Amino acid sequence: MGFLDQFWQLTIDGLMVGSLYAVIALGYTLVYGVLQLINFAHSEVFMLGSFGGLFAARALLPDDGSVPGGLASVGLVAIGLGAGAICGGLAAFTLERVAYRPLRRRSAPRLAYLISAIGASLFAVNLAGKEFGRQNVDLPDLFHNGTVFTVFGADVSTQSLVIFAVAVAMLIGLDRLVAGTRLGQGIRAVAQDADTAVLMGVNVERIIIITFVVGGLLAGAGGFLYAMTFNASYSMGFVPGVKAFTAAVLGGIGNVRGAMLGGLLLGLVESYGGYLFQASYKDVIAFLVLVAILMIRPSGLLGERLGRAA
Amino acid sequence: MSAPPAAGPPGPTEPAGPTGPTGPTGPTGPTGPGSGAATMPLRIAGSRSDPTGSAEPTASTSLGGPGGGPARPAWHPAELFAPARLRQLGALLLVGVLAAIVTGPTGNSDKPLQAAKDSIVDVRIVLYLGLAVALWVLLVLGAQLRGALERVSAPVRAPIGAAYGRRGGPIVLNLALLAVAIVAPLVVSTAAQQSMVNDIGIYALLALGLNVVVGYAGLLDLGYIAFFAIGAYATAYFTSQTAMPWHAPFVLNPFFVFPIALVLAALAGVILGAPTLRLRGDYLAIVTLGFGEIIHLVANNADNITNGARGAFGVPHLSVDLLGIDYKWGIDPLPYYYLLLVIVIGVMIAFGRLERSRIGRSWAAIREDEIAAEATGVATLRMKLLAFAIGASVSGFAGVLFASKQFFNPQSFSLQASFFVVAVVIFGGMGSRLGVVVGAVVLQGLAFYLRDKVPPADRYIYFGAVIVIMMIFRPQGLVPSRRRRREIELAEEGIGAADSLGAAPTGGQR
Repeated sequence: MGFLDQFWQLTIDGLMVGSLYAVIALGYTLVYGVLQLINFAHSEVFMLGSFGGLFAARALLPDDGSVPGGLASVGLVAIGLGAGAICGGLAAFTLERVAYRPLRRRSAPRLAYLISAIGASLFAVNLAGKEFGRQNVDLPDLFHNGTVFTVFGADVSTQSLVIFAVAVAMLIGLDRLVAGTRLGQGIRAVAQDADTAVLMGVNVERIIIITFVVGGLLAGAGGFLYAMTFNASYSMGFVPGVKAFTAAVLGGIGNVRGAMLGGLLLGLVESYGGYLFQASYKDVIAFLVLVAILMIRPSGLLGERLGRAA
Repeated sequence: MSAPPAAGPPGPTEPAGPTGPTGPTGPTGPTGPGSGAATMPLRIAGSRSDPTGSAEPTASTSLGGPGGGPARPAWHPAELFAPARLRQLGALLLVGVLAAIVTGPTGNSDKPLQAAKDSIVDVRIVLYLGLAVALWVLLVLGAQLRGALERVSAPVRAPIGAAYGRRGGPIVLNLALLAVAIVAPLVVSTAAQQSMVNDIGIYALLALGLNVVVGYAGLLDLGYIAFFAIGAYATAYFTSQTAMPWHAPFVLNPFFVFPIALVLAALAGVILGAPTLRLRGDYLAIVTLGFGEIIHLVANNADNITNGARGAFGVPHLSVDLLGIDYKWGIDPLPYYYLLLVIVIGVMIAFGRLERSRIGRSWAAIREDEIAAEATGVATLRMKLLAFAIGASVSGFAGVLFASKQFFNPQSFSLQASFFVVAVVIFGGMGSRLGVVVGAVVLQGLAFYLRDKVPPADRYIYFGAVIVIMMIFRPQGLVPSRRRRREIELAEEGIGAADSLGAAPTGGQR
């Protein structure tokens, strides 16, 4: 079959994966916005969240391997999302406390943060590998009816529909949070100018930790969705992490809507590219996109600042 | 400026709710800008008048104890139960639990929490918690006794420092270290000898190269091992008709591959660095990370070029047949060890001269203040590219040695290997040549020591922990370069920078 025959199917797959990248990318973008710091260990937050969600959902599945289906499955997804989000939030909180906060308190040079994050990431990955085993863990398909409807001949499964819907709901929720609430106002104030924000009575320390936790909640929930589609393993974080980072840069790092746009675009590019070239080089595409954006338009599609966004 | 010790985590003591919409605009909170800014000039004056830099005001305050200052006259038992002290105890106990889990049994995905539970509900937990409490007591006592210790040790330390500072001091020290390096392999087992070549020697060389990038130029390269892979695969390409499906139409002596690998790796470094070095430094980290992963993926997947995951077999050993000298390196690790020793020492001397040259001073200028460097006529982009290329070429050079020494497959060039080299540089002390070599010896020694005791992959848990702990408590490394330590101290006081990545993240007061 040619590319054109597959076009819509690839588009749908790309959008689904892309919406997940977007959810993870928000964590990078938020933290970058307030700290001007690439949170290298965010991919491990994602990994821990997906393990949390996956194990919670597996614990509730009946022992005979059957799947409840219907509303019960929706409930399972909700529980998995919740557990994933909680684990991700906790992981992000711990990360901030242990790996970043001590450095921030003595305003260490930037290099120290990157290195500390790499250390934390190595630690988390391999500890997870030790505790949960080093093989892939997966979840059975939670929905009985595979295809719900077709778009131009492309199948849309319940699973991908659920994932896309949840991801989009989270994206909209976050956008509203940043644009419309007092907390969001605080985040934007810190992103624009932390020193002035302090003078205006914003508790910068608190905003920073909340930002980390919000990013962690999203990454954890996104991690569960990812594990539902693919699987979870101790080393799962790295590749989606780099791709989500690419998505954040593509949209303009520090820009919330940019991260969403970047995620969806990257998902599409990768889906088409993986079909046109070899599937095993799919991961290379994201890196090439990253290098290309940095060369051509390093500020990303929508520009860089969180303060100005939304 | 470091925050005052009383600055606790915002939370229990504050009136506003934990996350409600009223959250962000609570009272200014514990990190008021006034106190820090006010003490800054004093602190500069203090540290200037103390050129040895032995007093570490920032480090001690960041440890955060009320008894941290040296000028505390008497011991107050009540301080044991001050909130900061109790928090410290709590943190140490948590670390103890974590240590029990890290060293505990291995779990699996069917019972995800079983392993952690087994580690915690175990006798050993008492040991770890006991150690945590003991450490806490030591810290408390240490803080109390710091003043007394200063007074006692100052007269002893001064002559030692002076002796070290004189020109003769380091020479004696270096000769002693050299003697140890020469004798050490003769008294250990063959397995340890192998490790001294493959792990310590090669990584010392890699770390020296990365030190140029991270330590001198203040850039972060996370795909450093990719250049190592380029060197190794270039060796397989040029020296053997059988090692890989893709090979040169002629066969070269491995020694001739050294210059080729140097040039190839440097070229790759320039191609990668040119577009990204223009940008903020942390992009470089990500792009190099991506590059490292691309090289790894290609090496792993391109079956009909690199022999894929099976790796390259049968790259010939090094050999010399020139001017009547005919020698072949073989399976015995010792000749390789001494060759590596000569190379490492040569590189150390060369980089020492480089560091003190005009180029090295340009790097220091870029690190400390890029804008000022540019304004005074340093070609910043070119200098950064140069550092990147020099680092890459050392890596390529090491790759040739590695490929001739032993069989390799793409596993040797994984991301973790790149991270490991970074860990070695940081642990040893970035910017310090002796430091990074010591880092390679200590970390690879730790790896060698752990290899029969824990599964190989678990070693990275310890390395990760070591990196984080170093960054928190001793960012200048084990054997710090004096200049780098000074830069880190000054940067923490808000003067200048210690890397080329731009301003420090928000939170500390500038």
